[in-house]
Amino acid sequence: MVEQQRIEPADNGTSGKGGGRARKSSFLSEAWKRRLPLLPAFLIVVVLTQVPFLMSIYFSLTRWRANTAEPREFIGVDNYIDLVSNSFFWSAAWNSILMTVVSVGLSLLFGTGLALLLDRKFFGQGFARTLIITPFLVMPVVAGLVWKNQMLNSSFGVINWFIEGLGMEPISFASRYPLWTIVVVLVWQWTPFMMLIILAGLQGQSSSVLEAAKVDGANGVSTFFQITLPHLRSYLELGALLGVIYLSQVYDHIRVITRGTGSANLPYFVYLRSIGGGWQFGAASAYSIVVVIFSFIIANFGLRVLSGLLTDEGA
Amino acid sequence: MADFAKPKGKGRFTSLAFTSLTWLLAGIFFFPIFWMFISGFKSELDANGAPKLFFEPTLEQYRIVTETPPGQLGFWEATTNSFIIVIVSTLIVMMLAVPTAYALTIRPVGKWMEYLFFFISTKFLPIVASILPIYILAKHFDLLSSRRLLIILYMSMNLPLAIWMLRSFFQEVPRELIEAAEIDGANLRSQMVSVILPIVAPGLAATALLCFIFAWNEYFLAVQLNTTGGETVPIWASSVVDERGQFLAKLSAASTLATLPVIVAGWVAQKRMIRGLAMGAIK
Repeated sequence: MVEQQRIEPADNGTSGKGGGRARKSSFLSEAWKRRLPLLPAFLIVVVLTQVPFLMSIYFSLTRWRANTAEPREFIGVDNYIDLVSNSFFWSAAWNSILMTVVSVGLSLLFGTGLALLLDRKFFGQGFARTLIITPFLVMPVVAGLVWKNQMLNSSFGVINWFIEGLGMEPISFASRYPLWTIVVVLVWQWTPFMMLIILAGLQGQSSSVLEAAKVDGANGVSTFFQITLPHLRSYLELGALLGVIYLSQVYDHIRVITRGTGSANLPYFVYLRSIGGGWQFGAASAYSIVVVIFSFIIANFGLRVLSGLLTDEGA
Repeated sequence: MADFAKPKGKGRFTSLAFTSLTWLLAGIFFFPIFWMFISGFKSELDANGAPKLFFEPTLEQYRIVTETPPGQLGFWEATTNSFIIVIVSTLIVMMLAVPTAYALTIRPVGKWMEYLFFFISTKFLPIVASILPIYILAKHFDLLSSRRLLIILYMSMNLPLAIWMLRSFFQEVPRELIEAAEIDGANLRSQMVSVILPIVAPGLAATALLCFIFAWNEYFLAVQLNTTGGETVPIWASSVVDERGQFLAKLSAASTLATLPVIVAGWVAQKRMIRGLAMGAIK
């Protein structure tokens, strides 16, 4: 067993798969032994995510409408060229960015506020926290339906009942402000999630540091900005990362609240162009590839944040 | 932002004000769910008029939505499908993620960070971008008429998240304990069972719960792939109520039924989730 250690440096040089690894005559090399436990998950994820992706790339280079079972002809990058001049695509891209940035931002802001409020000791603390996390647990389809029909509906929604009570005209939110209606529901669902993450951060804060700050005569505001907020930074980043992953791919809420009118993000746009009624599989695949590229730009940023988190922990 | 810091030493008035504010916000956040819940016990007449807090409760709507009209997806069928799909996929996720987390932390592979990034980066692939190939492949492998397809897809959807969360819990296992077990000659299995698993158990629970929530609530894949024999609760919830005429009470009853399992699970496990979501993920 001991000699196996010397294989380690050799492994760092090769890029994993390459290199003639003929060492498994009697048993697996140390590097492969270490790799073995993660291989099943790795291979499954590769097959289930990369194969469809490669197929999409191929479809995107073809002309393909729904009337045939397979792509009709290979047309190169034409689908991509058409996309540049498609104004619906660009408005969907803008909707995507707006929806993601605003809802992640607001969820983080409100989530932090709520976490700070819940981190205090008060009567019924656990119960208040329970009430606040519940929106995150609600099925998105149900959240959309409840908000659309029971909260915001112009004739029997609770909110409009209040608005009328104030002597104003009822507003049919979902048709007048489709995008913002969806943002409201997203913020309602994701604020509790952010609150959970920030709360964990607050509870991980060392009380001795806070005591010391108080002894030094720091007031609440300066303690918050100089000690708590820097401590929360990595938690805020984690929340932002997960928020961007999930909220840039919202579909359910759009589906039940507006069916895409005035609020289609990129995933919904791809859906509309393909299986959602457009049936332009070739073109839709090209859109989806562009969406993936968009996502990877965001992912790249996100992963950099992540690697910051991972390196911090080494310190 | 206002001064939200700990109230010790502050006036009682400030403390009371913060507490009231917290309760007010908790009430606002919970209100739509409260409203959904009580509206399910209303008659359609009560549910569709001016908002009412007091009314004569009835179970009529629950009876209507759980009755299956011929040829349509029924509540019990959807619930059975959902439970089977969600539980099986979550179990597979955990079975795959535990060894993976082990290989990323305790005896790490070379370039473990690149493996981890690869797993996470797949979460950035929008599902909608691969729905067409998935449909074609599923048809080819004859998966469209069973629960298997959603089990596979939910597994691949949750696996990266589970690996990411579990990795952080595995990191909390003190090195000395593992080394001590090795010196005692414990093999991998007994190391796992007697040293590692007891420490990561709360993390396993939190991770499994999160996978459960995301899989139970998933709608897009379920509705687009429209597997016969594998329709889940979100499909039922979005289709059981005809949005014509008076439907708010029925909708509320159906919504309550659809969300109840996850809400109850979340309430029970919230403390572990708080630990699991972030403490583990960052430390």
